[in-house]
Amino acid sequence: MFKILKYSFYDLMRSRWSYVYFAFYLLLGIVLLFLNNDLSKAVITLMNVIIVLVPLIGTIFGVMYYYNSQEFTELLLAQPIKRSSIFLGQYLGVALSLSMSLILGLGIPFIFYGLFESTTIWDFSLLLITGTFLTLIFTALAFNIALSNENKIKGFGYAILLWLFLAVIYDGLFLMTLVMFDDYPLDKVSLIGTMLNPIDLSRTLILLKLDISALLGYTGAVFKQFFGTSFGLIVSFITLTVWVVLPVFRIVFKSKKKDF
Amino acid sequence: MNHFFRYILFFILVFISYLVQCQTIQVCKSCPISSLKTAISVAKDFDTIVVKKGTYKEHDIIVNKPLTIIGKNYPVIDGELKGEIITITSDNVTVDGLFIINVGTSYTEDYAAIRVRESKNFVIQNLVLEKLFFGIYIEKSRDGKVFHNKIIGDAVEEYNSGNGIQLWYSKNIQIEHNFVQHVRDGIYLEFSDDCLIKNNVSALNVRYGLHFMFSNDDTYKDNTFENNGAGVAVMFSKRIKMYNNTFKKNWGTASYGMLLKEINDSEIIGNTFEDNTIGINIEGSNRINYKHNTFINNGWAIKVKGACYTNKFTENNFLYNAFDIAYNSNVNDNVFDKNYWSSYTGYDLDKNGIGDVPYRPVKLFSYIVNRTPETIILLRSMFIDIIDFSEKVSPVFTPDDLLDNNPQIKKLKW
Repeated sequence: MFKILKYSFYDLMRSRWSYVYFAFYLLLGIVLLFLNNDLSKAVITLMNVIIVLVPLIGTIFGVMYYYNSQEFTELLLAQPIKRSSIFLGQYLGVALSLSMSLILGLGIPFIFYGLFESTTIWDFSLLLITGTFLTLIFTALAFNIALSNENKIKGFGYAILLWLFLAVIYDGLFLMTLVMFDDYPLDKVSLIGTMLNPIDLSRTLILLKLDISALLGYTGAVFKQFFGTSFGLIVSFITLTVWVVLPVFRIVFKSKKKDF
Repeated sequence: MNHFFRYILFFILVFISYLVQCQTIQVCKSCPISSLKTAISVAKDFDTIVVKKGTYKEHDIIVNKPLTIIGKNYPVIDGELKGEIITITSDNVTVDGLFIINVGTSYTEDYAAIRVRESKNFVIQNLVLEKLFFGIYIEKSRDGKVFHNKIIGDAVEEYNSGNGIQLWYSKNIQIEHNFVQHVRDGIYLEFSDDCLIKNNVSALNVRYGLHFMFSNDDTYKDNTFENNGAGVAVMFSKRIKMYNNTFKKNWGTASYGMLLKEINDSEIIGNTFEDNTIGINIEGSNRINYKHNTFINNGWAIKVKGACYTNKFTENNFLYNAFDIAYNSNVNDNVFDKNYWSSYTGYDLDKNGIGDVPYRPVKLFSYIVNRTPETIILLRSMFIDIIDFSEKVSPVFTPDDLLDNNPQIKKLKW
């Protein structure tokens, strides 16, 4: 598995897209920091970017990589290698190279800006951790979609739909439910609703760590009580881990049964 | 000529007799007079009592003559938690430089460290008050001065704590350069008119930093209200002037930078609201002029609750607030003009410093949050940005005439 991981990783490191992705984050970080000169504001803007772009790029990249390397995969399958290690290796190769682009691309400008002396270091690390989690989750979901669909167009379609659902449509439905049932106590419902969507969960985690928590008024006290404590933080990270583990299991399961 | 000399001589004689009459009484542990109470009882009108350094265990000291009481090197007046410590009932009393501690707590009477009752022309200055119930309590008095006092309480709960500086039915009082901490309400005014509250710092109080009701024609200038349980509450008053105050870090589930309720015909100019859950919460307040204020990093910069008419918001800075304005109805009678909004996205083609597209400070999301508070969890979600944008293009739920027609391109400086 590690050989394949290494191979996929180096393959991606050599490819143009990793550089473009890395350069994009580097540029974004530099522009935000040096033209904005307000660190906490920069972190908020970055959060918006991470919440929207990281899942999108993870999904598209995952699907693209799977379809592109299909012939190579078939070649590997002819060798005496365990199926699970082929696919897991590929998955981890993609996910790790994307995470590395993200962490380095954003980390370097922040380090030059003087992050280590700043108090926002925890907000910033949380930002990177959730960004990495989102990459892992959405690449795994993308691999699932690609494994289940031979048709490339269909695969891409489903991948985009998945992103659109979790990033936008889910929130719409969530909002509608909350507004429709506003005669009932909704604290628990909204907590559960947030936990079920990795994008919402990451957004809430970051928002509550930033001082915006203050604005959450008297209803926000519930959220603050939950996410603000170490218990809530642990539960949130466990949920994110579950979101990684489940699709990865399905990759293993599906790849074992699939005919190539 | 002779006549003139006679006059001079007369005045000199009057002056000397005045000096002779006003003697100074020393109070110290080894002096003939070793307590403040006896000093007051032997003193004549307009005498000066000098209290030397030491600890005096006294309470219920009643100052019923026009006296000047001066503490040298902060003598301690210890009330031993037995009740009120100093009560002033005469006009023209000055109290200066005492360290007053251990005021008794009562659930039926408002014991104060120093109380001024029905008197005129008093001066209370340079006091340090600690372990208190009520600090400086001024009732039915006028023309006084409360200057440069330091009040540090240890209040934890609202029901068993008192206020730092309390005015009740008083007129024309100046409260300046005081420092109030850890009491229930830092500065509290009720039925007190024509007062000047200037340069005070009121922080870390259990309830309000400043609280006033039914107090008209007062001026609040250059004060700082920081980290109070519920911020500042001002209610049922007219013709209030608030200039250059700072309201900071009033965070919490029910806290405001400033809560305005039934305040009419007032001016709120040059204040700074920073890091509050709600910058200003307005309810039933009319004809108020908001000018040159700065709102930074608040959850809601201004929350308008209803029955607020003909208010003017001009030339304010709204910087990085999660919501600039929240309205709970779609009727608007207030004017927003020439403000700077950090979230303004328009352009300025004719380069006159004023944006060419009007700015809508009320977002659809703030309307939704008003209706269903739990939806706040979707803050900064992409879906919310989309619906906010569509509402901006064609307003349905938010007041469509609530516009700033002249949004500034650059942050305002005064």
